[in-house]
Amino acid sequence: MLNYLWAFMMLIGIVYGAVTGNIEAVSNGILDSAVEAVTLCMKMLGIIAMWTGIMHIGEKSGLVDAAAKRLSPLIRFLFPNIPDRHPAKEHIATNMIANFLGLGWAATPAGLKAMESLKELDEERSGGKLSGIASDEMCTFLVINISSLQLIPVNMIAYRSQYGSVNPAAIVVPALIATTISTVAGIVFCKIKCRKNFHE
Amino acid sequence: MQFLIYISAFVIPFVIFYIVLHGLMNKVNVYDVFIEGAKDGLKTVVGIMPTLIGLMVGVGVLRASGFLGFVSEWLGKVTGLVDLPAPLVPVILVRMFSSSAATGLVLDIFKTYGPDSVVGRMTSIMMSCTETIFYTMSVYYMAAKVKKTRWTLAGALVATFAGVVASILLV
Repeated sequence: MLNYLWAFMMLIGIVYGAVTGNIEAVSNGILDSAVEAVTLCMKMLGIIAMWTGIMHIGEKSGLVDAAAKRLSPLIRFLFPNIPDRHPAKEHIATNMIANFLGLGWAATPAGLKAMESLKELDEERSGGKLSGIASDEMCTFLVINISSLQLIPVNMIAYRSQYGSVNPAAIVVPALIATTISTVAGIVFCKIKCRKNFHE
Repeated sequence: MQFLIYISAFVIPFVIFYIVLHGLMNKVNVYDVFIEGAKDGLKTVVGIMPTLIGLMVGVGVLRASGFLGFVSEWLGKVTGLVDLPAPLVPVILVRMFSSSAATGLVLDIFKTYGPDSVVGRMTSIMMSCTETIFYTMSVYYMAAKVKKTRWTLAGALVATFAGVVASILLV
Protein backbone atom coordinates (compact mmCIF):
# COMPACT_ATOMS: atom_id res chain seq x y z
CA MET A 1 0.00 0.00 0.00
CA LEU A 2 2.57 2.47 1.15
CA ASN A 3 4.81 1.46 -1.74
CA TYR A 4 2.40 2.93 -4.25
CA LEU A 5 1.38 5.87 -2.09
CA TRP A 6 4.96 6.93 -1.51
CA ALA A 7 6.00 6.41 -5.12
CA PHE A 8 2.94 8.41 -6.19
CA MET A 9 3.89 11.30 -3.91
CA MET A 10 7.48 11.42 -5.14
CA LEU A 11 6.76 10.97 -8.85
CA ILE A 12 3.73 13.24 -9.09
CA GLY A 13 5.48 15.91 -7.05
CA ILE A 14 8.59 15.91 -9.22
CA VAL A 15 6.66 15.86 -12.49
CA TYR A 16 4.22 18.56 -11.34
CA GLY A 17 7.13 20.67 -10.10
CA ALA A 18 8.97 20.34 -13.39
CA VAL A 19 5.89 21.23 -15.44
CA THR A 20 4.94 24.26 -13.33
CA GLY A 21 8.52 25.51 -13.14
CA ASN A 22 8.92 24.83 -9.44
CA ILE A 23 11.73 22.33 -9.81
CA GLU A 24 14.15 24.42 -7.77
CA ALA A 25 11.66 24.55 -4.90
CA VAL A 26 11.21 20.79 -5.18
CA SER A 27 14.95 20.29 -4.97
CA ASN A 28 15.16 22.41 -1.83
CA GLY A 29 12.00 20.80 -0.47
CA ILE A 30 13.56 17.34 -0.63
CA LEU A 31 16.64 18.38 1.31
CA ASP A 32 14.80 20.53 3.84
CA SER A 33 12.18 17.86 4.57
CA ALA A 34 14.80 15.21 5.27
CA VAL A 35 16.54 17.47 7.77
CA GLU A 36 13.25 18.50 9.28
CA ALA A 37 12.23 14.89 9.90
CA VAL A 38 15.34 14.43 12.02
CA THR A 39 14.76 17.68 13.94
CA LEU A 40 11.26 16.49 14.68
CA CYS A 41 12.52 13.13 15.93
CA MET A 42 14.88 14.92 18.33
CA LYS A 43 11.92 16.64 19.93
CA MET A 44 9.92 13.43 19.98
CA LEU A 45 12.73 11.51 21.62
CA GLY A 46 12.27 13.57 24.75
CA ILE A 47 8.48 13.55 24.94
CA ILE A 48 7.94 9.92 23.93
CA ALA A 49 10.72 8.58 26.16
CA MET A 50 9.26 10.48 29.12
CA TRP A 51 5.82 9.05 28.43
CA THR A 52 6.86 5.44 27.85
CA GLY A 53 8.90 5.69 31.06
CA ILE A 54 5.87 6.81 33.04
CA MET A 55 3.67 4.17 31.44
CA HIS A 56 6.21 1.48 32.23
CA ILE A 57 5.72 2.34 35.91
CA GLY A 58 1.98 1.87 35.41
CA GLU A 59 2.56 -1.53 33.86
CA LYS A 60 4.96 -2.69 36.60
CA SER A 61 2.78 -1.48 39.46
CA GLY A 62 -0.14 -3.52 38.18
CA LEU A 63 -2.18 -0.48 37.22
CA VAL A 64 -2.79 -1.77 33.72
CA ASP A 65 -3.94 -5.20 34.96
CA ALA A 66 -6.15 -3.64 37.63
CA ALA A 67 -7.75 -1.35 35.07
CA ALA A 68 -8.34 -4.29 32.72
CA LYS A 69 -10.15 -6.13 35.53
CA ARG A 70 -12.29 -3.13 36.32
CA LEU A 71 -13.34 -3.07 32.69
CA SER A 72 -15.15 -6.42 32.91
CA PRO A 73 -18.73 -5.03 33.26
CA LEU A 74 -18.19 -3.02 30.08
CA ILE A 75 -16.74 -6.05 28.29
CA ARG A 76 -19.75 -8.08 29.36
CA PHE A 77 -22.06 -5.39 27.95
CA LEU A 78 -20.18 -5.23 24.63
CA PHE A 79 -19.74 -8.98 24.22
CA PRO A 80 -22.74 -10.64 25.89
CA ASN A 81 -22.23 -13.90 24.01
CA ILE A 82 -18.67 -14.61 25.10
CA PRO A 83 -18.81 -17.04 28.05
CA ASP A 84 -17.47 -15.74 31.37
CA ARG A 85 -13.80 -16.45 32.04
CA HIS A 86 -13.14 -17.04 28.38
CA PRO A 87 -9.56 -15.89 27.62
CA ALA A 88 -10.90 -13.68 24.82
CA LYS A 89 -12.41 -11.32 27.39
CA GLU A 90 -9.12 -10.90 29.18
CA HIS A 91 -7.20 -10.16 25.97
CA ILE A 92 -9.85 -7.71 24.81
CA ALA A 93 -9.69 -5.86 28.13
CA THR A 94 -5.89 -5.68 28.03
CA ASN A 95 -5.96 -4.44 24.46
CA MET A 96 -8.49 -1.70 25.26
CA ILE A 97 -6.63 -0.47 28.32
CA ALA A 98 -3.30 -0.52 26.50
CA ASN A 99 -4.81 1.48 23.63
CA PHE A 100 -6.39 3.88 26.08
CA LEU A 101 -3.06 4.54 27.77
CA GLY A 102 -1.22 4.81 24.45
CA LEU A 103 0.79 1.61 24.99
CA GLY A 104 0.76 0.64 21.32
CA TRP A 105 3.40 -2.06 21.72
CA ALA A 106 1.33 -3.76 24.42
CA ALA A 107 -1.97 -3.26 22.65
CA THR A 108 -1.18 -5.05 19.40
CA PRO A 109 -0.04 -8.41 20.85
CA ALA A 110 -3.07 -8.47 23.19
CA GLY A 111 -5.32 -7.58 20.28
CA LEU A 112 -3.93 -10.38 18.12
CA LYS A 113 -4.40 -12.84 20.97
CA ALA A 114 -7.97 -11.60 21.38
CA MET A 115 -8.65 -12.28 17.70
CA GLU A 116 -7.21 -15.78 18.00
CA SER A 117 -9.37 -16.55 21.05
CA LEU A 118 -12.40 -15.22 19.21
CA LYS A 119 -11.56 -17.47 16.30
CA GLU A 120 -11.38 -20.47 18.65
CA LEU A 121 -14.70 -19.47 20.17
CA ASP A 122 -16.18 -19.29 16.71
CA GLU A 123 -14.82 -22.74 15.86
CA GLU A 124 -16.31 -24.19 19.06
CA ARG A 125 -19.70 -22.79 18.08
CA SER A 126 -19.62 -24.17 14.57
CA GLY A 127 -18.27 -27.52 15.69
CA GLY A 128 -14.56 -27.25 14.92
CA LYS A 129 -14.84 -25.76 11.47
CA LEU A 130 -12.85 -22.71 10.40
CA SER A 131 -15.45 -20.50 8.77
CA GLY A 132 -13.29 -17.62 7.56
CA ILE A 133 -16.21 -15.30 8.31
CA ALA A 134 -15.94 -12.60 10.96
CA SER A 135 -18.12 -13.27 14.02
CA ASP A 136 -20.21 -10.51 15.65
CA GLU A 137 -17.60 -10.32 18.40
CA MET A 138 -14.74 -9.87 15.94
CA CYS A 139 -16.57 -7.08 14.14
CA THR A 140 -17.44 -5.34 17.40
CA PHE A 141 -13.90 -5.66 18.74
CA LEU A 142 -12.34 -4.21 15.61
CA VAL A 143 -14.84 -1.36 15.27
CA ILE A 144 -14.11 -0.31 18.85
CA ASN A 145 -10.41 -0.71 18.25
CA ILE A 146 -10.52 1.45 15.13
CA SER A 147 -12.67 4.09 16.84
CA SER A 148 -9.52 4.73 18.89
CA LEU A 149 -9.80 5.16 22.63
CA GLN A 150 -6.96 7.33 23.78
CA LEU A 151 -6.42 9.19 27.02
CA ILE A 152 -3.52 11.37 25.96
CA PRO A 153 -2.44 11.73 22.31
CA VAL A 154 1.28 12.00 23.10
CA ASN A 155 2.49 11.94 19.50
CA MET A 156 0.20 14.79 18.53
CA ILE A 157 1.37 16.83 21.50
CA ALA A 158 4.99 16.27 20.48
CA TYR A 159 4.30 17.38 16.90
CA ARG A 160 2.41 20.45 18.07
CA SER A 161 5.20 21.40 20.39
CA GLN A 162 7.77 21.07 17.59
CA TYR A 163 5.82 23.42 15.35
CA GLY A 164 5.57 26.18 17.93
CA SER A 165 2.20 25.63 19.54
CA VAL A 166 1.69 28.01 22.49
CA ASN A 167 -0.09 25.25 24.37
CA PRO A 168 0.60 21.82 22.84
CA ALA A 169 -1.51 19.96 25.42
CA ALA A 170 -4.57 22.15 24.81
CA ILE A 171 -6.10 19.47 22.63
CA VAL A 172 -6.16 16.77 25.32
CA VAL A 173 -9.73 17.26 26.53
CA PRO A 174 -11.30 18.07 23.14
CA ALA A 175 -9.56 14.98 21.74
CA LEU A 176 -10.90 12.90 24.61
CA ILE A 177 -14.42 14.13 23.90
CA ALA A 178 -14.06 13.48 20.17
CA THR A 179 -12.68 9.99 20.71
CA THR A 180 -15.53 9.21 23.10
CA ILE A 181 -18.02 10.35 20.49
CA SER A 182 -16.42 8.20 17.78
CA THR A 183 -16.28 5.18 20.08
CA VAL A 184 -19.89 5.57 21.22
CA ALA A 185 -21.00 5.90 17.60
CA GLY A 186 -19.12 2.70 16.80
CA ILE A 187 -20.66 0.85 19.76
CA VAL A 188 -24.19 1.94 18.85
CA PHE A 189 -23.64 0.72 15.31
CA CYS A 190 -22.34 -2.65 16.56
CA LYS A 191 -25.26 -3.08 18.96
CA ILE A 192 -27.78 -2.45 16.19
CA LYS A 193 -26.01 -4.87 13.84
CA CYS A 194 -25.69 -7.60 16.48
CA ARG A 195 -29.34 -7.34 17.45
CA LYS A 196 -30.42 -7.61 13.83
CA ASN A 197 -28.40 -10.79 13.34
CA PHE A 198 -29.78 -12.23 16.55
CA HIS A 199 -33.37 -11.87 15.39
CA GLU A 200 -32.80 -13.30 11.97
CA MET B 1 -13.15 25.81 24.08
CA GLN B 2 -11.27 28.02 26.54
CA PHE B 3 -12.45 25.87 29.43
CA LEU B 4 -11.39 22.70 27.65
CA ILE B 5 -7.92 24.13 27.11
CA TYR B 6 -7.80 25.03 30.80
CA ILE B 7 -8.61 21.55 32.08
CA SER B 8 -6.40 19.97 29.42
CA ALA B 9 -3.45 21.42 31.32
CA PHE B 10 -4.34 19.28 34.34
CA VAL B 11 -4.63 15.93 32.60
CA ILE B 12 -0.96 15.11 32.00
CA PRO B 13 0.33 16.18 35.44
CA PHE B 14 -2.56 14.36 37.11
CA VAL B 15 -1.99 11.11 35.21
CA ILE B 16 1.74 11.22 36.00
CA PHE B 17 1.04 12.01 39.67
CA TYR B 18 -1.36 9.10 39.94
CA ILE B 19 0.91 6.58 38.21
CA VAL B 20 3.99 7.51 40.22
CA LEU B 21 2.03 7.41 43.48
CA HIS B 22 0.46 4.08 42.55
CA GLY B 23 3.92 2.74 41.72
CA LEU B 24 5.34 3.86 45.06
CA MET B 25 2.46 2.33 46.98
CA ASN B 26 3.03 -0.97 45.20
CA LYS B 27 6.74 -0.86 46.04
CA VAL B 28 7.91 -0.42 42.47
CA ASN B 29 11.39 1.09 42.01
CA VAL B 30 9.76 3.90 40.11
CA TYR B 31 12.90 5.63 38.91
CA ASP B 32 14.61 2.48 37.66
CA VAL B 33 11.46 1.34 35.92
CA PHE B 34 11.02 4.80 34.40
CA ILE B 35 14.54 4.64 32.94
CA GLU B 36 13.86 1.18 31.54
CA GLY B 37 10.65 2.36 29.88
CA ALA B 38 12.23 5.53 28.57
CA LYS B 39 14.87 3.42 26.83
CA ASP B 40 12.08 1.57 25.02
CA GLY B 41 10.59 4.90 24.01
CA LEU B 42 13.90 6.00 22.50
CA LYS B 43 14.04 2.80 20.50
CA THR B 44 10.49 3.38 19.25
CA VAL B 45 11.30 6.87 18.02
CA VAL B 46 14.55 5.79 16.37
CA GLY B 47 12.58 2.96 14.77
CA ILE B 48 10.06 5.30 13.15
CA MET B 49 12.71 7.80 12.05
CA PRO B 50 13.34 6.28 8.58
CA THR B 51 9.58 6.17 7.93
CA LEU B 52 9.21 9.76 8.98
CA ILE B 53 12.11 10.89 6.80
CA GLY B 54 10.68 9.06 3.79
CA LEU B 55 7.17 10.41 4.18
CA MET B 56 8.11 13.94 5.12
CA VAL B 57 10.24 14.10 1.99
CA GLY B 58 7.26 12.75 0.03
CA VAL B 59 4.91 15.39 1.39
CA GLY B 60 7.65 18.01 1.09
CA VAL B 61 7.94 17.27 -2.63
CA LEU B 62 4.17 17.54 -3.08
CA ARG B 63 4.10 20.83 -1.17
CA ALA B 64 7.11 22.42 -2.88
CA SER B 65 5.94 21.47 -6.35
CA GLY B 66 2.68 23.29 -5.75
CA PHE B 67 0.68 20.10 -6.19
CA LEU B 68 -0.65 20.04 -2.63
CA GLY B 69 -1.76 23.65 -2.95
CA PHE B 70 -3.43 22.84 -6.26
CA VAL B 71 -5.34 19.91 -4.74
CA SER B 72 -6.35 21.92 -1.65
CA GLU B 73 -7.65 24.77 -3.77
CA TRP B 74 -9.63 22.36 -5.90
CA LEU B 75 -10.99 20.48 -2.89
CA GLY B 76 -11.77 23.76 -1.15
CA LYS B 77 -14.41 24.55 -3.76
CA VAL B 78 -16.26 21.36 -2.86
CA THR B 79 -15.65 21.25 0.88
CA GLY B 80 -16.43 24.94 1.35
CA LEU B 81 -20.07 23.92 1.01
CA VAL B 82 -19.97 21.87 4.22
CA ASP B 83 -17.62 23.96 6.38
CA LEU B 84 -14.82 21.45 6.07
CA PRO B 85 -11.40 23.09 5.64
CA ALA B 86 -9.80 21.79 2.45
CA PRO B 87 -6.39 20.82 3.91
CA LEU B 88 -8.18 18.38 6.22
CA VAL B 89 -9.60 16.27 3.38
CA PRO B 90 -6.36 14.58 2.25
CA VAL B 91 -5.52 13.86 5.90
CA ILE B 92 -8.88 12.16 6.50
CA LEU B 93 -8.54 10.03 3.37
CA VAL B 94 -4.90 9.05 3.83
CA ARG B 95 -5.46 8.38 7.53
CA MET B 96 -7.62 5.37 6.66
CA PHE B 97 -4.71 3.68 4.91
CA SER B 98 -1.56 4.79 6.63
CA SER B 99 -0.95 6.51 9.91
CA SER B 100 2.55 7.63 9.04
CA ALA B 101 1.59 9.05 5.67
CA ALA B 102 -1.20 11.00 7.38
CA THR B 103 1.35 12.25 9.89
CA GLY B 104 3.39 13.65 7.01
CA LEU B 105 0.37 15.67 5.86
CA VAL B 106 -0.43 16.78 9.42
CA LEU B 107 3.07 18.14 9.89
CA ASP B 108 2.69 20.02 6.63
CA ILE B 109 -0.52 21.59 7.96
CA PHE B 110 1.24 22.56 11.19
CA LYS B 111 4.06 24.13 9.21
CA THR B 112 1.80 25.98 6.79
CA TYR B 113 -1.04 27.10 9.05
CA GLY B 114 0.39 26.59 12.57
CA PRO B 115 -0.73 24.01 15.15
CA ASP B 116 -2.87 26.58 16.97
CA SER B 117 -4.81 27.71 13.90
CA VAL B 118 -8.36 26.45 13.45
CA VAL B 119 -7.24 23.87 10.86
CA GLY B 120 -4.28 22.93 13.04
CA ARG B 121 -6.46 22.26 16.05
CA MET B 122 -9.05 20.34 14.02
CA THR B 123 -6.28 18.17 12.60
CA SER B 124 -4.77 17.54 16.03
CA ILE B 125 -8.10 16.40 17.44
CA MET B 126 -9.03 14.38 14.40
CA MET B 127 -5.75 12.46 14.36
CA SER B 128 -6.29 11.66 18.04
CA CYS B 129 -9.75 10.19 17.60
CA THR B 130 -9.38 8.05 14.47
CA GLU B 131 -7.35 5.01 13.52
CA THR B 132 -5.89 3.42 10.42
CA ILE B 133 -8.93 1.41 9.30
CA PHE B 134 -7.52 -0.78 6.53
CA TYR B 135 -4.19 -1.49 8.19
CA THR B 136 -5.81 -2.53 11.49
CA MET B 137 -8.39 -4.67 9.74
CA SER B 138 -5.87 -6.51 7.60
CA VAL B 139 -3.46 -7.22 10.47
CA TYR B 140 -6.14 -8.42 12.89
CA TYR B 141 -8.17 -10.42 10.43
CA MET B 142 -5.07 -12.05 9.08
CA ALA B 143 -4.37 -13.33 12.60
CA ALA B 144 -7.86 -14.84 12.77
CA LYS B 145 -7.71 -16.16 9.18
CA VAL B 146 -10.89 -14.27 8.36
CA LYS B 147 -11.70 -13.44 4.75
CA LYS B 148 -15.26 -12.14 5.03
CA THR B 149 -15.24 -9.12 7.30
CA ARG B 150 -19.01 -8.45 7.19
CA TRP B 151 -19.92 -5.10 8.74
CA THR B 152 -16.53 -4.24 10.24
CA LEU B 153 -15.69 -1.67 7.57
CA ALA B 154 -19.12 -0.04 7.79
CA GLY B 155 -18.83 0.24 11.58
CA ALA B 156 -15.30 1.60 11.36
CA LEU B 157 -16.42 4.23 8.86
CA VAL B 158 -19.34 5.24 11.09
CA ALA B 159 -16.97 5.70 14.04
CA THR B 160 -14.45 7.60 11.93
CA PHE B 161 -17.12 9.86 10.48
CA ALA B 162 -18.44 10.64 13.98
CA GLY B 163 -14.89 11.45 15.08
CA VAL B 164 -14.27 13.78 12.14
CA VAL B 165 -17.55 15.63 12.69
CA ALA B 166 -16.79 15.95 16.41
CA SER B 167 -13.30 17.34 15.67
CA ILE B 168 -14.75 20.03 13.44
CA LEU B 169 -17.53 21.00 15.82
CA LEU B 170 -15.28 21.08 18.90
CA VAL B 171 -12.88 23.69 17.52
